[in-house]
Amino acid sequence: MTGEAAIRIKGVSHHFGEESDARHVLALRDTSLDIVRGELICLIGPSGCGKSTLLNVVGGLLAPTTGTVEVSGKKVTGPMPHDIAFVFQENALFPWNTVFENVNLGMVFQGVPRAGREARARRSLEAVGLEDFAQHYPGQLSGGMRQRAALARALSLETGILLMDEPFGALDEQTRMILGEDLSVLLSRTDKTIVFVTHSLGEATFLADRVAVFSARPGTIKQIISVDEPHPRKPDFVTSEKFTAIRNQLYGLLHDEIRKTVAETGVTAGAEPAP
Amino acid sequence: MTPAGKAREGKLASRSVQAAFLVALIVLWYLATTRWGVSSILLPNPVLVVRQLWDILKSGEFVGDLRVTLTELGIAFAISATSGVTIGYLISRSHYRIRVLEPLFAGIYSVPIILFLPLYVLFFGLGPASKIALGATISFFPIALNTIAGFGYVDKVFVVAARSMGASDVQLFRYVLLPAALPIILTGMRMGFTVALLSIIGSETIASLAGLGHRIVHLAEGMEMARMFAYIAFVVAIALILNTIVSALEARGKRHT
Repeated sequence: MTGEAAIRIKGVSHHFGEESDARHVLALRDTSLDIVRGELICLIGPSGCGKSTLLNVVGGLLAPTTGTVEVSGKKVTGPMPHDIAFVFQENALFPWNTVFENVNLGMVFQGVPRAGREARARRSLEAVGLEDFAQHYPGQLSGGMRQRAALARALSLETGILLMDEPFGALDEQTRMILGEDLSVLLSRTDKTIVFVTHSLGEATFLADRVAVFSARPGTIKQIISVDEPHPRKPDFVTSEKFTAIRNQLYGLLHDEIRKTVAETGVTAGAEPAP
Repeated sequence: MTPAGKAREGKLASRSVQAAFLVALIVLWYLATTRWGVSSILLPNPVLVVRQLWDILKSGEFVGDLRVTLTELGIAFAISATSGVTIGYLISRSHYRIRVLEPLFAGIYSVPIILFLPLYVLFFGLGPASKIALGATISFFPIALNTIAGFGYVDKVFVVAARSMGASDVQLFRYVLLPAALPIILTGMRMGFTVALLSIIGSETIASLAGLGHRIVHLAEGMEMARMFAYIAFVVAIALILNTIVSALEARGKRHT
């Protein structure tokens, strides 16, 4: 892949707790990766492999123990609300605000002048198909609609980079499929750089330009697989031989790592990738 | 029938049972005084009590005592609400302070502080000051404890989300911490208000110069039982009104959360 790097991850490691601490965990080990402007890269790997940790380090929510992350040539030292927006797994919408207020508040935090907010909020709600639900509270929406609203909030910030931490992880398979298709359409119209953490092999294959496969803990990137298929991706891409071949390749890469994780922790729940 | 209609009918049914219970109680009371020979010194005729209540309301005799009690309550609650919320917030900002002070406050909250009334009277005198001090102390703890719980256990994902979008400390407090904590703080304030009212009227009956509690004891000592019962009914009505208002305010502040 060629092109300018939007995010440059250099030798990043992260551990939780002090070295002497019994609960000390090396979550991420010596990871380097260049993410090209405008691409969608999926991070996939067994539970606890450090893929979410890496996302938080990139977003400036966690300081790496060693190594650096550069975003548009600037070293990341904390949240960069003008460059990076997050979509979290679930329930990161403020339940005491309406959908519209949630979107608006993100822009208040980011420092957008009042005059521009309303139009931007409307635009981003339309982009996710929630224009009729602007005055609803998150508690009145389904899980899928809540995640659309969270995506609208992130889009309204008009950042070059979107970091998504298992955004559809808590949704059922059908909702997830539809949201994935809509996301692919949405992305084909923007030039955003997206880092997308997921457990799902199918989701990664369907959405990503590249998939970074992580090893078991302490995790690092084991291999990168390219998915050479233009956006927006059609639903019939899922039934194509290319899709199946890539998905199977990912499964082969992940399978051993998941076995290792299970053997080490004795935990099976959540370790197996969704089909 | 619609589910809403069914719910309304169910509510109506339980309301009529409650009303029937109260009516039966009053009928029993009436029979006890007229037919079963219970002494009017112990239990005055309810008709007499209603007549006395009417007299109290008409003459406006209650105004002075009501003003004393409500002033004591107002000042005590203002003190405990401000100090409880402020101190609760300061404690909630550090895990260490929560770990040390929350169990301590919870322990003190379970002590019947009214036992210290003689001490309060020694320090603050027989007048309103001792009632205010006691009411403020007793209502401080539920308010402070709920404020700690409200601010101390805000879901971390809200804070992280706000920070990632660039929220300043002031914005974080105004738009995230406060709305997240408000419903729990409001519950604490309602609880604090109720215990302040109870303890102030209670302490007025034990040692005081004026107030509704004082009036009731004064009438009891003068053996004016019908008028005493009328005042008790009056205080019950006032307490009901105040609690309804406070609960309505609480519900209003909790909309959508």
